[in-house]
Amino acid sequence: MSPRIGVVVFPGSNRDIDAVNALEVAGAEPVVLWHENATLDGVDAVILPGGFAYGDYLRAGVIARFSPVMRAVSAFAADGGLVLGICNGFQVLTEAHLLPGALLRNRALRFVSRQVRLVPERLDTPFTRAIGERGPLRMPVAHGEGCFYADAATLDELERDGQVLFRYAREDGTTAGEAGDTANPNGSLRAIAGVMNAAGNVAGLMPHPETAVEAILGSDDGLGIIRSFVDSAAERATEGEPVAVGGR
Amino acid sequence: MELRFAVNVSPKPGILDPQGRAVEGSLGHLGIEGVSAVRVGRRIELTVSAADEVAARAIVERLAAELLSNPLIEAYAIETLGAASSAVGAPA
Repeated sequence: MSPRIGVVVFPGSNRDIDAVNALEVAGAEPVVLWHENATLDGVDAVILPGGFAYGDYLRAGVIARFSPVMRAVSAFAADGGLVLGICNGFQVLTEAHLLPGALLRNRALRFVSRQVRLVPERLDTPFTRAIGERGPLRMPVAHGEGCFYADAATLDELERDGQVLFRYAREDGTTAGEAGDTANPNGSLRAIAGVMNAAGNVAGLMPHPETAVEAILGSDDGLGIIRSFVDSAAERATEGEPVAVGGR
Repeated sequence: MELRFAVNVSPKPGILDPQGRAVEGSLGHLGIEGVSAVRVGRRIELTVSAADEVAARAIVERLAAELLSNPLIEAYAIETLGAASSAVGAPA
């Protein structure tokens, strides 16, 4: 059966349509969730899409954190529900403390909008299991605040516990450097492009797999990530009742 | 009572601050020497209505810690500016 996957729309979201399209390509039923919704409409998983939620005022993602729908998303995540944040969605998840770290202004001060390459660190997670091979995967980034930061102890922990999902890479698949390496578009520490939480059910990444799901979009390297998410949501949907949140 | 506060938010020591670095980089163009360690933060001013100053300050503390700053990367300092004047925020 095709899982129902929510796509949260904040005022200022602009990649929600791409997320909806990617979910359809991957065989899921997208359900658009407005930010004022206090419930998730019984969906099997949730995507927080890219954009500039609430204008990115104050700090990217922070105002969105306090919206009614994010209260529902936090409860859903606490119950083990699958949540994927892409770009601005990743920023929202770090501000909401559902993911570790923070996303700082790009080291080179520029908004970057171009293709990058990333390699998955793990192929056995709900977000990467359908990728198949280690890549490098080619997909776009488009952000001004994507420099992943956490203190050294936290970074060590993330690496030790297998919470680093993706790193920026050069064309030959080797990991990008931190500074002065164009393969790392924003100066992210240890070239980290995506992470997941300790429980393994919430993940975020700055690049846009949802806009790289068909050859006509320039790359379909992102489809493996979307398909992983959709397959994992489908499994959970058939395993039993999806996690009930907020009186569905 | 109505009190006016300012919350000064700045990047924590050691946190990369590309904005501060950009400002620093421009100093040479102005012919200024001897300036270093530029850090760019933000200042938020607000009026709080509460029973007394202690209660008002507690509200600002919560606001500063939960919304105005990200404790992972930013530090904040609260200033009490005094009684709120009706002119605050009014167009000049």
